[in-house]
Amino acid sequence: MCRNRARHETTIPRSHHFPFLLGRIGSVTAKPPFWIFDSASESDTEALGKRLAAALEPGTVVALVGNLGAGKTRLVRSVAAAAGVDSRQVTSPTFVLVQEYEGEWPIYHFDTYRLASSGAFEDLGVDEYFAGAGVCFVEWADRVADVLPADHLRIEIETTAETGRRFRLTATGAQGERVLARMGQF
Amino acid sequence: MTTAGSNLPRRLLAIETSCDETAAAVVDENLRVLSNVVASQTGLHKRFGGVVPEVASRAHVDHILPVIEQALSEAGTRLDDLAAVAVVTHPGLVGSLLVGLTAAKTLALLLDKPLIPVNHIEAHLFACRMHAERDVFPAIGLVVSGGHCNLYDCQGGRAYELLGSTIDDAVGEAFDKVASMLGLSYPGGPSIQKSAESGNRKRFKFPRSFERDRDRLEFSFSGLKTSVLYEIAGKPPRDYDPKTLDPQYVADIAASFQEAAIDVLVTKSRQALAARGRSTLCVGGGVAANARLRERLAAAARDDRFELILAPMAMCTDNAAMSAIAWELLAAGQTAGLDVDVTSGLVRRKPAGK
Repeated sequence: MCRNRARHETTIPRSHHFPFLLGRIGSVTAKPPFWIFDSASESDTEALGKRLAAALEPGTVVALVGNLGAGKTRLVRSVAAAAGVDSRQVTSPTFVLVQEYEGEWPIYHFDTYRLASSGAFEDLGVDEYFAGAGVCFVEWADRVADVLPADHLRIEIETTAETGRRFRLTATGAQGERVLARMGQF
Repeated sequence: MTTAGSNLPRRLLAIETSCDETAAAVVDENLRVLSNVVASQTGLHKRFGGVVPEVASRAHVDHILPVIEQALSEAGTRLDDLAAVAVVTHPGLVGSLLVGLTAAKTLALLLDKPLIPVNHIEAHLFACRMHAERDVFPAIGLVVSGGHCNLYDCQGGRAYELLGSTIDDAVGEAFDKVASMLGLSYPGGPSIQKSAESGNRKRFKFPRSFERDRDRLEFSFSGLKTSVLYEIAGKPPRDYDPKTLDPQYVADIAASFQEAAIDVLVTKSRQALAARGRSTLCVGGGVAANARLRERLAAAARDDRFELILAPMAMCTDNAAMSAIAWELLAAGQTAGLDVDVTSGLVRRKPAGK
């Protein structure tokens, strides 16, 4: 079903009823397109996860960037739950480095926190995961920036208050742009 | 029931490569540990002329044969003497598990001996059984480590029902991350314990998730971790240099955090004992080496009159000797063919109706 959606590519709409701010509307700019989503609570974050789940396509790599406690695993749990995964299965992959969830599509959940270098990340065989039919989430993605595919969706999470979070979604290529465009349709 | 041509008890080789450690052990059918080799503790890296990479299957590939050879030689055991080969097949990192499994399959095929797949977490609990040197089940089992935080109802030596686990971070991971916030060394378990010794555990009131929800035998340590960050760096957190934190403040945070985490572990264990009507608690995994946890569990055991069996310190962290649970599995005929595969995640029972 994700594959079908990829064919119905549309531009980002000018108006919407979701608390997103559009970083770019329509024409090409020097900067990559980005969205900002301000979440006031965990239920807002859940809504974002649901929306993201509906927009993702097979082979998407999502790079998660944010400090300890920002809510990286929390966002992945929301996406996985929307994809039909028992959310109790979605726990921090810090120790095991990668967790796999079987939802409507496979989800690979990486964490580079314990890795000494991006080479060690490569040793996990991430290329094969990235090239596969699932969706990959990479926590602490900036630690392995040189190993990530050029085209990915970057999500920076910033703590703005006790339960408040600002999500900044940036596409670095055509696939990421398609995902962002689709997010505007739901 | 003895090795061919001798009266010695049968021996099995156990292999463990579920995460960072490459480990092998020889254990006889009386659960006597004849050797217990863990790559990161044996100075094996010296033989490779460099630092052992912390992770990656490649490191396991480099270590697996020397580790097996060392385990056999320390146990004075030849391959021909083995009655079976046990191997951890889950949970863990797929690439890492595969290295151990491939070695184990090869040996089992070559020697024409049974291959016994072992669950790493159940093996942690079996360490308690080995330590007690008698049957300790039925019991509630608590496995606490860097990667796991699970409660089991152990009906017998090989029948463990998962009652609940962490819904976010494992408790050992919370120790590691709080240590990093405080500028304390990795791994966080020992460094927080040490710092906490001179700290005031009542200075900060950190959350104890699900503590009062006695029907919910699950853990959550993510909120605790975030609360500690907010205490140190404010809401929203500002950038700070852990090196500038006052040592007494660090000790007080360490002590207060440790107490909050341990409170939850002790409370949930008590709730599980009550829920299942058990009178024995077995505790294993790396965090079971924490002195304050051991002290608090011992106090709870006195108050509630349950029997406490803690894994011995040497068998808390990952090792292959605890895979001696394979003797129980072998006796029950739970061996595997050469087509057995590894599983990365925790195996949960499907919810009813699915």
